[in-house]
Amino acid sequence: MNSVERLIHMANQIATNLATDAAPAAAVADHIQTFWDPRMKKMIFAHGTDGLSPIAAAAISLLADAQNGG
Amino acid sequence: MTYQPQKDFGTPESRSDEAVSLTIDGRNVTVPAGTSVMRAAAEQGTAIPKLCATDSVKSYGSCRLCLVEIDGRRGTPASCTTPVEPGMVVRTQTPQLAKLRKGVMELYISDHPLDCLTCAANGDCELQDQAGAVGLRDVRYDVQETHLGQEKDHSNPYFDFDPSKCIACSRCIRACDEVQGTLALTMEGRGWDSKISAGFASDNFMGSECVSCGACVQACPTATLVEKKVVEVGTPERSVVTTCAYCGVGCTFRAEMRGEQLVRMVPYKDGKANRGHSCVKGRFAWGYAQHQERILKPMIRKSISDPWREVEWDEAFAYTASELKRISDTYGRNALGGITSSRCTNEETFLVQKLVRAGFGNNNVDTCARVCHSPTGYGLKTTFGTSAGTQDFDSVEDSDVILIIGANPTDGHPVFASRMKRRLRGQDGRPGAKLIVIDPRRTDIVRSPHIEAQHHLPLRPGTNVAVLTAMAHVIVTEGLADEAFVRERCDWDEYSHWAEFVSQARNSPENLQPVTLVDADELRAAARLYATGGNGAIYYGLGVTEHSQGSSTVMAIANLAMATGNIGRRGVGVNPLRGQNNVQGACDMGSFPHELAGYRHISDSNARSLFENDWGVTLDPEPGLRIPNMLDAAVDGVFKALYCQGEDILQSDPNTAHVSAGLAAMECVIVHDLFLNETANYAHIFLPGSTFLEKNGTFTNAERRIQPVRKVMTPMNGLEDWEVTQKLAQAMGLDWNYSHPSEIMDEIARLTPTFAGVSFARLDEVGSLQWPVTEDAPDGSPIMHIDGFVRGKGKFVVTDYVPTDEKTGPRFPLLLTTGRILSQYNVGAQTRRTENVAWHPEDLLEIHPVDAEDRGVKSGDWVKLASRAGETTLRADVTDRVAPGVVYTTFHHAVTQANVVTTDYSDWATNCPEYKVTAVQISASNGPTEWQEEYEALSARSRRVETGIASE
Repeated sequence: MNSVERLIHMANQIATNLATDAAPAAAVADHIQTFWDPRMKKMIFAHGTDGLSPIAAAAISLLADAQNGG
Repeated sequence: MTYQPQKDFGTPESRSDEAVSLTIDGRNVTVPAGTSVMRAAAEQGTAIPKLCATDSVKSYGSCRLCLVEIDGRRGTPASCTTPVEPGMVVRTQTPQLAKLRKGVMELYISDHPLDCLTCAANGDCELQDQAGAVGLRDVRYDVQETHLGQEKDHSNPYFDFDPSKCIACSRCIRACDEVQGTLALTMEGRGWDSKISAGFASDNFMGSECVSCGACVQACPTATLVEKKVVEVGTPERSVVTTCAYCGVGCTFRAEMRGEQLVRMVPYKDGKANRGHSCVKGRFAWGYAQHQERILKPMIRKSISDPWREVEWDEAFAYTASELKRISDTYGRNALGGITSSRCTNEETFLVQKLVRAGFGNNNVDTCARVCHSPTGYGLKTTFGTSAGTQDFDSVEDSDVILIIGANPTDGHPVFASRMKRRLRGQDGRPGAKLIVIDPRRTDIVRSPHIEAQHHLPLRPGTNVAVLTAMAHVIVTEGLADEAFVRERCDWDEYSHWAEFVSQARNSPENLQPVTLVDADELRAAARLYATGGNGAIYYGLGVTEHSQGSSTVMAIANLAMATGNIGRRGVGVNPLRGQNNVQGACDMGSFPHELAGYRHISDSNARSLFENDWGVTLDPEPGLRIPNMLDAAVDGVFKALYCQGEDILQSDPNTAHVSAGLAAMECVIVHDLFLNETANYAHIFLPGSTFLEKNGTFTNAERRIQPVRKVMTPMNGLEDWEVTQKLAQAMGLDWNYSHPSEIMDEIARLTPTFAGVSFARLDEVGSLQWPVTEDAPDGSPIMHIDGFVRGKGKFVVTDYVPTDEKTGPRFPLLLTTGRILSQYNVGAQTRRTENVAWHPEDLLEIHPVDAEDRGVKSGDWVKLASRAGETTLRADVTDRVAPGVVYTTFHHAVTQANVVTTDYSDWATNCPEYKVTAVQISASNGPTEWQEEYEALSARSRRVETGIASE
């Protein structure tokens, strides 16, 4: 898989494992914010939510909004 | 300092709190109750002659040399088997005793070769010493029949056995039984025919069950068992106490030297991790340090298709700095990164991460813990608040139930395994601890002499979380949880949420049995035993972490320990068995891209400003790239330069094809190592490294114990590794001026609260310290979370089982899991360059007889091992140690390259690779795969040096 596909896979995997959290999207967003380097974040923001699970997609949206000052 | 063997007190130390006073040779002495008269005398400086006694094993009372006179007692009791009593009056030197001892010695010597002058143990022989001590001047017997002239056993690569010199004291047998726990040796025959035997009469040492730990050699009072190196070089003349550079047990050794030549490594009795024991690697496998394949001069080349060109250090540093600057200027500072090594010292890893953060100007630093214990860091920090194990090794002595999951301690951590086995066997009337093993393979500890696991749960690889959740289900639903502990120490709401989750019917052992393949009744019994059997301790290894749910499994383990109150005192706890010598330390030192030393996130402005003020730079507040992310970025063309210290990612990291593609895409790969390792095939700059014998520093073992590494010889390459990093930093314009690693540790202590009380002076004074070492705990912290968790309340985390994405199917129907073997270490760069290859010359594929028969495979056949990632060939070992459907191999040999087969699936939280689960197929093979042939050709090309002499 290429780098973007790998990031999608990683985000989905994180989302699956944090699905039982009380606020899963926020937990996934926090995890990505804590551990991913800026380029990886930029790549997934640029990619959008295609291929992402609902929780992962919500998390990426949360992060992208925060990044854009939202 | 002149050579002196470590003092031998004759019998083991008593741990009694009760003190007993007595008089020995007119001097009062007070010792703990249970101490032998021999030891009491030794503690006051009186050496009672002895032969069959040594303080590593229980007294035996056979040699009759340590006789003493005691007021009010008839005869002359053996001091080794006589415990002290209050008011006892003992005499160790009287004419009667002298006569008796001389008679005993005369008998011994009458059947001993009198070749002292040419004997390897001359000057270091207890028999010789005792003959002198008792004043033996003559042997009156005209002995017709002796034990002399027997054939020597040279079969072991590291030591010889000469039965002619044996005095049948049984110290070797008892050391094998009591210290090592292998029980390989025995006394064959009786009376005059008594003879030490390594198993059956037909066995020599090499062919026996002996694991070459060296305990017998150390215990032998004569030259019957003696190191080949002593035979070759002579006895040592000085010794230096230092720390082993192999696994995470961190054994303390005396490096016994003759000039600059290492004669032998002898386990140090005061070493707090090993308590005087060793394994074949630390004791004997250090020959790599002087191996002819070591690279001693820096080398550079423009392209990996060029041969290497040797250069002087100055040119190497200038060239490296210019390349790094060129790449930074061309592609931006984020195109650079570094990898620290768990084989290097704390001080060295600290400098590498400092170079990346302060010199490269980014946080692209990672460490090989990424591929082993990064989930431990994540899981234990989340649940307990600290990225480390909770106990010291001594703690196992108070365990009642030992649960081992995903670890193979007799191979991976053999010295601690011996201590664990001692507890499992029971001692002095105290019953042994109970044992639960959760592992797809029947590892040696499941059934070994005097040990049999109460429960072995041979789970399907990849289902750790399901098994642990099922155990939690049993504990909660059967009312076995320690709710009082949970209410006091943990967040009750989180516990309740977790308890509700694990109690769900879908998490019952019966419901999960089809997934885990673990018998539900057996699992229930194991869960009950862990919860109710007294002090329960969990030990785990890479079979836990190297999974797509590695971090979840660590947290599931922590949940179990908290739910049963097994945290915060001796005998319990959660104990990661670390793979390499300094995994803990490398993580502590800020080697992860998101954390500064002491596990503080890079976005924490308070922590960051501490470092910024100390280093005089501004740090990037964003996390950097992890190793797999670096490789992805390299393939994408944006990551161009890597400084890789003491690490061989091409062999050790998963999906070799992807690693090699990443390395090949870089413009400057700097390998800093002892040998031209596999990664060096893709390197442009090679900086020769120094061995642990050639440098000063510290390692931190699996129990958070910071221990000194001491330089015993001059670095063959001219520089210690920390000096290499410093000179590179200087060449890049950084104003670094450390004159000794102690100054680096001072900086670490200044910037890392948990190391606040650590310094080389303090370590020299006390031997070792377990962090946290703070104002509140100036002597360190053997056990953590005693009165409360570091994070405050212990956190229960719901860990739902998520099956791995790596699926078996018609094309790849078997599951491959990988591991280690006792005689080899990691990628084998060190142990393959020692005589240890005698035990493990190649990686083998373990396959169950049913699977083997289905494929027409016999033991010894070459087979092709293929996965979705790649394929390799190796020979088969048909065995029922593995379950049907599971195959297993090691990754010690570059020729096999097991990681050609492993995939780049990884732990969801940390990207730790899923080494333990790969769907594979096995088929007959008649030769190396295309990859192996191509790689061999690449290696040959890549290792050319302009002098025309290949380096490997």
